[in-house]
Amino acid sequence: MSLPSHRPPPPRSRWSWRSQAFRGVVYQVVAVVAVGLAIWFLVHNTLENMRVRGIQSGFDFLLQPAGFDIGESLLPYDSSESYLKALTVGLSNTLRVAVLGIGFTTVLGTLLGVGRFSRNALVRGLCAAYVDVFRNIPLLLQLLMWYLTLTELLPDALEPWQLGSVFLSKGGLTVPALVWEQGHMGLNLPMKGEFAVEGGASITPEFLAVLLGLTVYTAAFVAEVVRAGIQSVPLGQSEAAAALGLSKRQEMRLVMLPQALRVIIPPLTNQFLNLTKNSSLAVAIGYPDVVSISNTTINQTGRAVECIAIVMLIYLATSLTTSVLMNRYNARTTIRER
Amino acid sequence: MTHPAHRFDPIPARPAPVRTHGPAAWIRANLFADWKTSLGTALIGGWLLWTLPQVVNWALLTAHWQADAATCRTDGVGACWGVVTEKHRLILFGRYPFDEHWRPLVATLLMVGLLVVSCMRAFWRRWLPLLWVAVLGVFFTLMLGGVGGLTRVDTDRWGGLPLTILLASLSIVMAFPIALVVALGRRSHLPAIRTCCTLYVELIRGVPLISVLFMASFMFPLFMPQGFTIDVLIRVLAGITLFAAAYMAEVIRGGLQAIPKGQLEAAATLGLSHWQTQRQIVLPQALAMVVPGLMNNFIAIFKDTSLVTIVSLYELTGSLSLALNSDADWRPYKIEGYLFIAMIYFVFCLAMSRYSRWVEKQINKGFQR
Repeated sequence: MSLPSHRPPPPRSRWSWRSQAFRGVVYQVVAVVAVGLAIWFLVHNTLENMRVRGIQSGFDFLLQPAGFDIGESLLPYDSSESYLKALTVGLSNTLRVAVLGIGFTTVLGTLLGVGRFSRNALVRGLCAAYVDVFRNIPLLLQLLMWYLTLTELLPDALEPWQLGSVFLSKGGLTVPALVWEQGHMGLNLPMKGEFAVEGGASITPEFLAVLLGLTVYTAAFVAEVVRAGIQSVPLGQSEAAAALGLSKRQEMRLVMLPQALRVIIPPLTNQFLNLTKNSSLAVAIGYPDVVSISNTTINQTGRAVECIAIVMLIYLATSLTTSVLMNRYNARTTIRER
Repeated sequence: MTHPAHRFDPIPARPAPVRTHGPAAWIRANLFADWKTSLGTALIGGWLLWTLPQVVNWALLTAHWQADAATCRTDGVGACWGVVTEKHRLILFGRYPFDEHWRPLVATLLMVGLLVVSCMRAFWRRWLPLLWVAVLGVFFTLMLGGVGGLTRVDTDRWGGLPLTILLASLSIVMAFPIALVVALGRRSHLPAIRTCCTLYVELIRGVPLISVLFMASFMFPLFMPQGFTIDVLIRVLAGITLFAAAYMAEVIRGGLQAIPKGQLEAAATLGLSHWQTQRQIVLPQALAMVVPGLMNNFIAIFKDTSLVTIVSLYELTGSLSLALNSDADWRPYKIEGYLFIAMIYFVFCLAMSRYSRWVEKQINKGFQR
């Protein structure tokens, strides 16, 4: 009696459906072809439609004079300058509100997040209530409410509220301005004039509403991020730090914070990106950010495809840069498994 | 010999331990623990005592509830809730024909009922999707009309709360399968598929929703073949769905990543195929883990539907402006109107976030000792 012979299994053909590698190649080819066809279909239709409707295309319009004024601008601008310049002004306005908003949000959000661990029950309760209220009402609605409050419920520009050299009225906020005069720094204090507040630096109600709305809304999310981060550090860590004889400050700086930050930083960056993207809602209350300027441009030139593409590219560039940096940070700090 | 009498001389009793239970102890520990806490309590308490009565006074005590703008103007101290009494139907249902308002009302109640039922564990059965199809069918029949003696109401007259709820719930339901596929695709070992999915997610997440909506409403007609038109509601719905799917995909991917490698190895040892592993081992665990995240997504989308007002669909926020902007009598009381719809959003969102917290607790039960 002979043992059953152990024959090796027949070699698999590389071109068989049972070969995983082959199936992988087929799946990928199918996916790429499908995506390619879809894109071709859309581009083809768009070109065809634009040809039939006689819509001009191209980016040449960017150099034509814009012909519209912009309410506020960091850069010098007048209506005879090009669309490109107008969009740049819009971008600068977006960045201005985003950068200031991120600064204020971080401070307010951190305070609120840490406040959730306060020993005072009133502080804890207020922080929790703040998060619940402002996180659960749409940002657009909050912006509209801020704007309405600032433009209708405040006193007229003739009789502003005054606190020292700071004036607040329907006309906006006026604060002392730093000026550079004859080689040295000076302060330009606003004064109550006959018809309005004169001098100083004035901040429009639109800008104020967008800044307030974005800050107050995003701070509620940042507060939750900070709270989750602090809670994520196991209790044993702080006990171990105490056992090693570290002081409270050392414990925070050397033990708690590095571990909490690993949890906090990625969602915090996300919140900053959200704030920047949400600044596009400024269009609803007429703050001239990049979206609002591009809408005006679309209305005047009819180049919808180009303008929306430009706006999307601007936001994409910001997000992707941040995203790449974040992924790198993430890859460095994640705990590796086998 | 007499011994001096041994007198029993007790040492004085120690004071009773401080009470650590009960309201008095709680107040001492949480409000007046040391001078810093006490100072904080005094400052915040003082501020609350100063503002709260004013707010209550404005919102309730001196407020006017009758739909009479003249009283509000002459006696303008408190809030004028009359604006809600007068305009609530326009705010809730937008431009929908006034005499047919019972239809969106019934449709909205049905939709809310469906959402509530879908959140309850007892109803997580195989027939739940069928229930969805049925309720959505009734919803569209009621809203659109044109059959069974109901007059036809085109989608451009839809508005208010039904539109908000429809946009939010439909887009989230349609986004889920897309998100699932994309999340699995991003974890695939096939480079082309992984790249496509990553590109989609990063592109969508990189741009604001508002530009997606602009694209859906202005550019979408350009994308389609000649003579092919789609209702603006459907276009916007598609835009929100694609937007929501990218965010949901990231949440689901987070869940997939959290499955320990050992689970996959164990499945391979059992001889399960790739798809069996995904369906029976990975997804059940991953999806249970990401329910709170998905709920957050749902809340975000619910709030984000307010943006469609910028592309001229009159959901709650838009229908409020529509109801008040053209009416000089009530225009000054827009802030009360805003507070009213803020309340509606708040109630819905808070309910969802509390539900999500409850689900989280249910999930963590298995890990608690």
